Amino acid sequence: MTSFRIPGKGRLTAAAPVHFTFDGQPFQGVAGDSLASALLANGVHLVGRSFKYHRPRGILSAGSEEPNALVSTDRGQGRFEPNTRATMLELYDGLAATSQNRWPSLRRDVGAVNDALYMLFSAGFYYKTFMWPKSFWTKVYEPFIRNAAGLGPAPVAVDPDVYASRFAHCDLLVVGGGPAGLAAALAAGRSGASVILCDEQAELGGSLLSETDAGIDGRSGWGWLDETRAALAALPNVTLLPRTTAIGYYHQNFLGLCQRLTDHLTVVPDGAPRERLWKVRAKRVVLAQGSIEKPLVFAGNDRPGVMLAGAARAYLNRYGVAVGRRVAIVTTHDSAWLAAFDLARAGVAVAAIVDARGTVPAGLVARAEALRIPTRIGWTVTDTAGRLRVESVRINPVAADGTVGAGQTLACDALLMSGGWTPSVHLFSHTKGSLRWQEDRQMFTPGETVEDGCPVGACAGRFGLAAALEDGAEAGRAAVAALGFTAEATAHRVTDETPLTGTSLRELPTDRDPSRIKAFVDFQNDVMAKDIRLAVREGFQSIEHIKRYTTTGMATDQGKISNINGLAIAADALKRPAPAVGLTTFRPPYTPTTFGAFAGYNRGDLFEVTRKTPIDGWAEAQGAVFEPVSLWRRAWYFPQAGEDMHAAVARECAAVRSSLGMFDASTLGKIEIVGPDAAEFMNRMYTNAWTKLAPGRCRYGLMLGEDGFIRDDGVIGRLAHDRFHVTTTTGGAARVLAMMEDYLQTEWPDLKVWLTSTTEQWAVIALQGPNARKLIEPLVEGIDLADSAFPHMAVAEGRICGVPTRLFRVSFTGELGFEINVPARHGRAVWEALHEAGQRFGITPYGTETMHVLRAEKGYIIVGQDTDGTLTPDDSGLGWAVGKTKPDFVGKRSLTRPDMLVPHRKQLVGLLTEDPQTVLEEGAQIVLDPNQPLPMKMVGHVTSSYWSAALGRSIALAVVEGGRARQGETVHVPMPDRVHRATVTGTVFFDPDNTRLSA
Amino acid sequence: MLLIRCPYCEAERPEVEFVYAGEAHITRPTNPSALSDEAWKDHLFTRTNPRGRHFERWRHLHGCGRFFNAVRDTVSDRFALTYKAGLPRPTDAEIEAANAPAAQTPATNAPAAQNQEARS
Repeated sequence: MTSFRIPGKGRLTAAAPVHFTFDGQPFQGVAGDSLASALLANGVHLVGRSFKYHRPRGILSAGSEEPNALVSTDRGQGRFEPNTRATMLELYDGLAATSQNRWPSLRRDVGAVNDALYMLFSAGFYYKTFMWPKSFWTKVYEPFIRNAAGLGPAPVAVDPDVYASRFAHCDLLVVGGGPAGLAAALAAGRSGASVILCDEQAELGGSLLSETDAGIDGRSGWGWLDETRAALAALPNVTLLPRTTAIGYYHQNFLGLCQRLTDHLTVVPDGAPRERLWKVRAKRVVLAQGSIEKPLVFAGNDRPGVMLAGAARAYLNRYGVAVGRRVAIVTTHDSAWLAAFDLARAGVAVAAIVDARGTVPAGLVARAEALRIPTRIGWTVTDTAGRLRVESVRINPVAADGTVGAGQTLACDALLMSGGWTPSVHLFSHTKGSLRWQEDRQMFTPGETVEDGCPVGACAGRFGLAAALEDGAEAGRAAVAALGFTAEATAHRVTDETPLTGTSLRELPTDRDPSRIKAFVDFQNDVMAKDIRLAVREGFQSIEHIKRYTTTGMATDQGKISNINGLAIAADALKRPAPAVGLTTFRPPYTPTTFGAFAGYNRGDLFEVTRKTPIDGWAEAQGAVFEPVSLWRRAWYFPQAGEDMHAAVARECAAVRSSLGMFDASTLGKIEIVGPDAAEFMNRMYTNAWTKLAPGRCRYGLMLGEDGFIRDDGVIGRLAHDRFHVTTTTGGAARVLAMMEDYLQTEWPDLKVWLTSTTEQWAVIALQGPNARKLIEPLVEGIDLADSAFPHMAVAEGRICGVPTRLFRVSFTGELGFEINVPARHGRAVWEALHEAGQRFGITPYGTETMHVLRAEKGYIIVGQDTDGTLTPDDSGLGWAVGKTKPDFVGKRSLTRPDMLVPHRKQLVGLLTEDPQTVLEEGAQIVLDPNQPLPMKMVGHVTSSYWSAALGRSIALAVVEGGRARQGETVHVPMPDRVHRATVTGTVFFDPDNTRLSA
Repeated sequence: MLLIRCPYCEAERPEVEFVYAGEAHITRPTNPSALSDEAWKDHLFTRTNPRGRHFERWRHLHGCGRFFNAVRDTVSDRFALTYKAGLPRPTDAEIEAANAPAAQTPATNAPAAQNQEARS
């Protein structure tokens, strides 16, 4: 393998070889190489196949804007990552990289047939080519497209790495470590202000790393760079973050930075975080992101070996790599001439500089002549040739009237292009900052922003080293001076800088039919100039629509390279000025960011809080199966050996109905409402009347929203004249307390009431079944449990098993029942004591599934399951819970709105299937006539459905239009297997007279 | 992530400590039953939804727990002002005074009425 490394060039030490493989083939690079520079040093340009046409593609750029050179890397142990930009991938010993989107190999790719079928894949091909026949879409077309198109494969293993995150605050955050950013950080850092400087590259320096001509302050550029970096590193108030990409700029100077920590290491230390997400709140921000070079649009501009001139200069000056032996240049900007000069001086043959402009600064022409570089000023490039690498370019003279003359062939092994430079306004745009169109320079520059951020240097449209240093130093000074620091804008003297000019051409002139040539605008998404014109011809006017129809500017590079050329072509086709067509919106992240970085520490057990009751450990030890209920995990059922869920639930249900069951109800929301106006507050918050509820008694409370719909319910005990013990649904506790606080603080601040969440202070054990009283009678002190003294819906304070209790006589099963509240720390001990004492009654712990079955047999609703935010108390059969004589409560006025009084409202009913064995699906739709034409009129749906062991058949609750008037009628429930018939009934299936409650 | 000044804690805190609570200065009628269907519908559902300056309620949920009012620009998301619940809607002049360059310190980032209250 011949080496394209040029001795004595670049910043890397040749004495540090690094071994790596690409598609299995071994190569050698140098420490400090990117994969791209190492491949180029080995003469490899072909690195990938394009997204749609599978065209061979090479390395286009030297930075994070790279659209073509995407590779997969695999470090083993699940560390597989697709779509990594070879230009940003730092070489390490043992790196194994593979190319993507090719089969069977990069050089012989079957998918390349797409390139010959390009007419099928033009703009909007998804919507046109594959529309007919319709049934072919899912079976033929989509799988084919998914197979043929795309990027690297998604990893299949769980990401084994850990990711860190942290917050940071600083006076000034500088984004970009090029000359402008370094000057800003230096001016601000020397004032004592806290400064963070981040840059996405491994080495700070930005464009200075590839600049070898200019001098600064009497030193070489690199000499100044070394001194400046050392000066910054010596300042304790300055934090330097290389390998750190500013991914987003959010409100009030809040920025996300993603720092790469271990990807460049040969050996990754155990447990070291791979990346760290910095969430920075900066008092001031300086954006020094620089600019991105624009490609030129001409036929064959995507062939491997065709690359940006600035990238070639970076590979030569920074990495010491020549991108070819005989290089041609095509440009409309002076900067490409500098690349030609550097290459010629390094001994590379320059075939010609083809400049499409009519005139070029005389100084450049003189320097070209001195280096014996042929120049073709006023010429154009109309094609390139070469199968897997450019071998020649076709160049043509352009007359003053625009006529393109006959073509000549120019042999070369690399073609460098430059269409000028585009300011990186991405982060500025994240702030919703306005952009100004510069018609003469064909670029957007930053306008106004509401943030305390200042773009400087090239990303503000002020190009050149001297301008960057001056701009940066002044912005750094001004930023910290505004915060009260005394700072100076150091003046930096730049020597030997070539002033650069250029013009912008939409597309290079050609002698061929522009509607037939393959001139690429978006390399990553295979969008050609003619695709954008086609979109405009087909009626697309907005750049946002053109983007989505053609896919230009989409994919992982998000149009960093293609946007401005695409805009210019669209504006020309629309015959409107560019600012009227507009730029698509830049959104975070700036470059693709791992999910791991966003997740940070919040994965696995730390992904979400799991709330556990004091009795949870006991249930776990008993082998309970759990289910999540809001953030809680609750025991679902307690299977015994050999039991499935159905058998376990049937046994648990039978135990409660025949003797005694125990249930952990600790998750119930609990709110203590205290104060002289507590009853008045309750009157206003709940539909029920509370004034006459005596202390020591409970009531079922129903809470509505102001719109009249059911929000929550629960049993509420009055412990004293001025004290209520409110229970809420498990999932509704926080919401109910927030709603109460809202009314209390903002509508009725005059009421003397205090609200306290006590959900986690009480453990709640529900004892349900005919033997419930017999079990606790000997264990309770201070409460007379006789039915006459302590009837259904009574509450009292006393002691149980030696600890204080609030004892409720309530039932959510229809059986005689108690809910025993004890301080949470005693919950498990009391539970275990009751479980042991209950053995003589065959006491049976039961879970949420049995609770659901038992309550459904009694027609007790669950808010959020049998209601959905559109049901009134009357709709749910709870009209009895509404205090008719109360002048007002939350939601009362809405209950008489016209819509609430119509007869065909959906109402809660029971359903009994014709076949008693059939358990309907919850959520199934209900129709009156199963033979009506499609689409059928749906009159309601099943809300709860279970097998009832007590009744020996299935039962269901449902909401049905005008349901209560349909009792006895047959309705139909269409399911995938067949249509089920069911009879509308009342909602109470078991013990309708409530005889068991008072047993 | 926004920074929001709680007028009760008298401190700026990150947005994650707060929850939004709808438009401000919509007072619940003392006797809703006396309202026509039309008037009640407006009270329930009709909101101003402006482009620009919006008077709205926030709650410092993971802080002091208090509801308060804010003036926020719905285009820029900038908070012009926050003030305690129950205080009258600040006038344009008060909002502009609170946002004048000289007044942009936390101590004066409040309506005149509230400042008087704080001083008294």
